[in-house]
Amino acid sequence: MQQYILRRLLMMPLLLLGVVTVAFFLSHVTKGDPLSSVVSERQMNNKVVVEAARKRWGLDRSLPDQYRIYLGNLVTGDLGTSFRTKRGVGEDIADRLPATLELVVAAMIVGTGCGIGLGVLAAHKRNEAADHGARFFALIGSSIPVFWSGLILLYLFSVQLGWLPGAGRLDARTAAPPFVTGMFTVDALIAGDLQTFLQALGHLILPAFVLGWAVMGIISRLVRASMLDVLNQDYVLTARAKGAAELRVLLHHALRNALIPTLTIIGYSFAYLITGAVLTEAIFSWPGIGSYAVESARALDYPAIVGVTIIGALAFLLANLVTDVAYALANPKIKLG
Amino acid sequence: MSQQPLLEIAGLKVTFGRGAASADAVAGVDLTVAPGEVLGIVGESGSGKSVTMLAAMGLTPKSARIGGSVRFRGQELVGMPQKGLRAIRGARMAMIFQDPLTSLNPVLTIGAQVAEALRLHNPGLSRKAAMARAVELLALVSIPEPERRVRQYPHEFSGGMRQRAMIAMAVANSPDLLIADEPTTALDVTVQAQIMEVLKELRERLGIGLVLITHDLGVVAGAADRIAVMYGGRVVEQGKVDDVFYRSRHPYTRGLLASIPKLDVRQERLQPIEGAPPSLTSRPSGCPFHPRCPLAEARCSSEEPLLRQVGAVETRCHFAERLDDPEGGIVVPFDKAPARKAVGP
Ligand SMILES: Nc1ncnc2c1ncn2[C@@H]1O[C@H](COP(=O)(O)OP(=O)(O)O)[C@@H](O)[C@H]1O
Ligand SMILES: [Mg+2]
Repeated sequence: MQQYILRRLLMMPLLLLGVVTVAFFLSHVTKGDPLSSVVSERQMNNKVVVEAARKRWGLDRSLPDQYRIYLGNLVTGDLGTSFRTKRGVGEDIADRLPATLELVVAAMIVGTGCGIGLGVLAAHKRNEAADHGARFFALIGSSIPVFWSGLILLYLFSVQLGWLPGAGRLDARTAAPPFVTGMFTVDALIAGDLQTFLQALGHLILPAFVLGWAVMGIISRLVRASMLDVLNQDYVLTARAKGAAELRVLLHHALRNALIPTLTIIGYSFAYLITGAVLTEAIFSWPGIGSYAVESARALDYPAIVGVTIIGALAFLLANLVTDVAYALANPKIKLG
Repeated sequence: MSQQPLLEIAGLKVTFGRGAASADAVAGVDLTVAPGEVLGIVGESGSGKSVTMLAAMGLTPKSARIGGSVRFRGQELVGMPQKGLRAIRGARMAMIFQDPLTSLNPVLTIGAQVAEALRLHNPGLSRKAAMARAVELLALVSIPEPERRVRQYPHEFSGGMRQRAMIAMAVANSPDLLIADEPTTALDVTVQAQIMEVLKELRERLGIGLVLITHDLGVVAGAADRIAVMYGGRVVEQGKVDDVFYRSRHPYTRGLLASIPKLDVRQERLQPIEGAPPSLTSRPSGCPFHPRCPLAEARCSSEEPLLRQVGAVETRCHFAERLDDPEGGIVVPFDKAPARKAVGP
């Protein structure tokens, strides 16, 4: 098992190289002059300024040269400097990452937790009202685009009903808790600041639900189908014949088996969450990687765009590795090696 | 046998489907099992053997409707709330199934599954104590190296070992009754005899009442005290094992007997009698066996025979008296040991 994990980790740089290459060249074939974000509009006609800027940012070199330089820096862990913020892309991302991580993890908990719960409920109450209800609810989540459900829920729960706070991670006048992980809910708990924790949690609920709702549909549908299959198996009858209560039969005997084929999809839904986070962050003014990506793309900020892509790809690869390992751990018949 | 029966099934009906599409998989079955007795239930596939005993355990699917009565140690089980049934299932009354591979949970260790049976009915039992007891139970069913085996998963067990583990799990709480639904059908011939040996031994050691379901008369010959023969959702004949073998009064039983493989002839699947048993939805009128019966007359298609005592057995045939000479016309091979045992590896 350790060997397998090690092998997969060693493969990662190779895969990342591919991602970097594609991202690098793709971002450069787009039309538009990135200098417009470096040089102020007034100065764009000033040849001297523009040339100096071009030289300063390495844009006077050929594309392959730029690529070589970029890779050389990347190996040392340098993601380059953002045209827009004039700061290291690595720094920018490190600043923004905790917010996204907090959102995605919360969405993952909502999405898989409710997805599995709804799937089990639907299978248990097959063809009854609860089944139809659960499936309808999950279907809505996976068919409405995130920006649409995000806007509607924000309007309903925050503007109209006032039950939940609006955009952002905290109320305007609240200071962020002392930095430990950068995730406000966690940091507030570490600081023992219950009030800030509740506020951060309140801000987190809507975006996490919107993002989680989107993957809930896929997960609950698969769990339901998988549960229906498993509930017909002889070992479920054996469990009942032993005198196990229905809830124990469902969760201890059936769900454990039903989750095995579903695990892979949960891993893939993580990729969906990463892309979904971009839109969700934009709607909820969530200062994470997603909104950073949007701002960078608007400014044709190549280094930032490629940097964000690398981080996204890395997250995806890690999520897949975790999924495969979890799959092997859950299934005693599989021995990785 | 003067004591109260352990299990008493009376007028049991199990109906699948609704309205015009409904059909009785079990159409009025009466059976009793005395404490410590071995009852063999024999019949071709589809005759309602499994559904009868599943209904007795309260394990039929939601779509089934149950009628009649099932009394276990005098207590009525039909209509009993699930909570009450759960306290009996696995504790006083246990069941094992045909395919031990699919009957064990693939993601739980054998030990965890045996220990679960114990802990479900002994809430005070610690995890550790349950595991220790699981090791003892595996030893009881002659699984070698039980300390190592408890930590293994079902796929690491052979077919015979899996069925032993199933039996260990079923007898974990020393039940009064064990229902074994075709416990040897999915196994190799040599392993079949070993599993039968384990069941017989347990029954002698623990005094468990046993219901042995099989489509193979050879399996029950050496093991059962009494035999009930089922056909089309009914018991068509029952009696002591020797009486059913030597003094059967039913043409269906005689057909089954005639089809037991001879010592020197190897037969994979038994094809007892010409024709196929009726499907659930197209049961013939009158005696369900009449379309395949060599003795059938007009009366058989209109009037269903009642179960009545004829000679040594209870039988359900209008013309039972014509079969008074057991050897008359129909070959009844008889060897008390299961005939298949002779077909060695
Ligand atoms: N869940 C079910 N739904 C509908 N019909 C069933 C169901 N289970 C069993 N049956 C029908 O009931 C009849 C008796 O089945 P069963 O008791 O399994 O026969 P066997 O004697 O082979 O054990 C069969 O015709 C079978 O098709
Ligand atoms: Mg059966």
